[in-house]
Amino acid sequence: MPDKQTVRAEKLAAVAKVFGPGKVIPAERAVEFLELIIRSGDRILHEGDNQKQGDFLAEQLAKMDPKKIHGLKLALSCIGLPEHLDLFENGLAEVVDFAYAGPQGARLAEMVANGTVKIGAVHTYVELFARYFNELRPDVACLVSIEADAEGNLYTGSNTEETPALVEATAFGGGIVVVQANKLADKVRRTDIPGEWVDFVIESPKPFHLEPLFTKDPALLDETRILMAMMAMKAIYAKYLPKVLNHGVGFNTAAIELLLPTYGEELGLKGRACTHWALNPHPTMIPAIESGFVETIACIGGEVGMEAYVASKPDIFPLGHDGSLRSNRFYGQMAGHYADMFVGATLQIDPMGNSSTVTAARLAGFGGAPNFGAESRSRRHLSEAFIKAGAEAHAGESMPQGRKLVVQMVETFQGAGKPTFVEQLEAWDAMKSAGFALPPVMIYGDDVSHIVTEEGVANLLLCRTDAEREQAVRGVAGFTPVGLKRDHAMVANLRDRGIIQRAEDLGIRKSDVSRDRLAARSIHDLVRWSGGLYNPPSRFRNW
Amino acid sequence: MEHFTCDFEGGAKAPQTTKPFVVVGVVASSNLEIMAQPCDLGGKVRFEVSTTVAHFEEAWRAVFADFIERNQPRDVLFSINDFAAIPPVVSLRLDQAWEGLV
Repeated sequence: MPDKQTVRAEKLAAVAKVFGPGKVIPAERAVEFLELIIRSGDRILHEGDNQKQGDFLAEQLAKMDPKKIHGLKLALSCIGLPEHLDLFENGLAEVVDFAYAGPQGARLAEMVANGTVKIGAVHTYVELFARYFNELRPDVACLVSIEADAEGNLYTGSNTEETPALVEATAFGGGIVVVQANKLADKVRRTDIPGEWVDFVIESPKPFHLEPLFTKDPALLDETRILMAMMAMKAIYAKYLPKVLNHGVGFNTAAIELLLPTYGEELGLKGRACTHWALNPHPTMIPAIESGFVETIACIGGEVGMEAYVASKPDIFPLGHDGSLRSNRFYGQMAGHYADMFVGATLQIDPMGNSSTVTAARLAGFGGAPNFGAESRSRRHLSEAFIKAGAEAHAGESMPQGRKLVVQMVETFQGAGKPTFVEQLEAWDAMKSAGFALPPVMIYGDDVSHIVTEEGVANLLLCRTDAEREQAVRGVAGFTPVGLKRDHAMVANLRDRGIIQRAEDLGIRKSDVSRDRLAARSIHDLVRWSGGLYNPPSRFRNW
Repeated sequence: MEHFTCDFEGGAKAPQTTKPFVVVGVVASSNLEIMAQPCDLGGKVRFEVSTTVAHFEEAWRAVFADFIERNQPRDVLFSINDFAAIPPVVSLRLDQAWEGLV
């Protein structure tokens, strides 16, 4: 078998013969071009995540001739487009390695069940990127950019996200890098990726799809979420005073962000906690930023509409010399992994605190949560939150250690009749139907420090036995079957010891739980807080 | 629509207010409206429920029992107009209504 550099040289020569010299390939001949650089059995890395999607190249890949090319191994962060699965239906691809499959999760589960798709593995983001440098080395990477020039220099801008990781693995792994760019420019606005690492660029007929995933409309925050937010802030934020935080994408953490300038101020958090963040530019962070809570934000990705606002805060956000945001998912994931605290949500939790977003009908994957929401076993001695949590978790052990706070914040029901707390995760069924060796768990129970529900806060760090941990989980599981099966005497004991805390134990009156506490109650309020700089996508505008 | 009434043995705390009633919440999707009135029920607590979702009386009773256990109320009538609220929302609204009476 010829070595990778020889194969690469053959492919480049084949392209030069048909298309002539130069890196620019016309969009209308993309399929013909792809068939020259892709061979059967190649590992194709496609760039697409929960925000940006290389939709043009995905469409072109799916149009290739399966008689010429088949047995492809697809690797990508997010199975987000129908075309990703069309590659399998059309007989081009065989195996997929991925992290997240949100929008295509149901169809993926179906196609795995009927044998059309074989899953290599479901990964965490960082785990997947890491494997691109070893056993998943790509033959061809199909990437996304805002601007490209004829030399292949790229401006990937606010939503740079994983491009640097994918380019690095491919360009230095003997592979070929192809980029769809929104615009071919004479000179790119800023060089995010040097042209030497890029083999070909194609000007896409339309700009790539960008999902405003991190925009949460404050109008949709109900009082149960505000109650949960207030309990979390009093029982956890005000107790441990975490300085470096990562928040998940959901509404529960959006509620906390909007309560920082009001309830957070009352609790004395300003300047003492929540100063540094690993976070996309959440619009719901605008009031906290404007109120002086935030010193820095390390961005994993960008967010549609936040460009001008972000550019106005050069000390807080990572900006290039051109004034626009630079994000990086690999580094952002690391910034979040080594934070003092992660707060996120999930679809299912079992009585030992294990959680997963994978259900039998939806192979959703996990995205960023497993690395953000994992005990980091850091070595820092300077973080008050880390030391305090460690003292609780490792009390009585011979080697003192710190501890990261990993908080799962969930409503006890996902909707009418769909409990979040279950005796057994559906991940076990998914394991069987997809042929995995292990159930696809998002966050393991022993990584979790606290669970917050409408019923209260459970501090798992203080549990000394598995039986205590189980009752602490059941004791906040509300009226779900898991919650109703609690041992009332044990739960009362856990409450006496402060392991379970209810609103009344925290001195929170239910009549104080009100939307009036939110610093912004609508998207329009956020625009006002931003001084008109936040420009929300049209689907969020109702004025 | 389903209508039912259930009575529970109350606790030690009677309403302290001179207000004739307290109303919290709103009849909107996934929400509910609760009117709480001080009312001599011989120490009992009464719940009169009108709900768009039938066949969940057992779940309602569990939420009511939990509420009484938590707050120990007596001599109150709760009139509930429900539009498919989940149990935690019902709990929150009951607590809010009771806090308005004491």
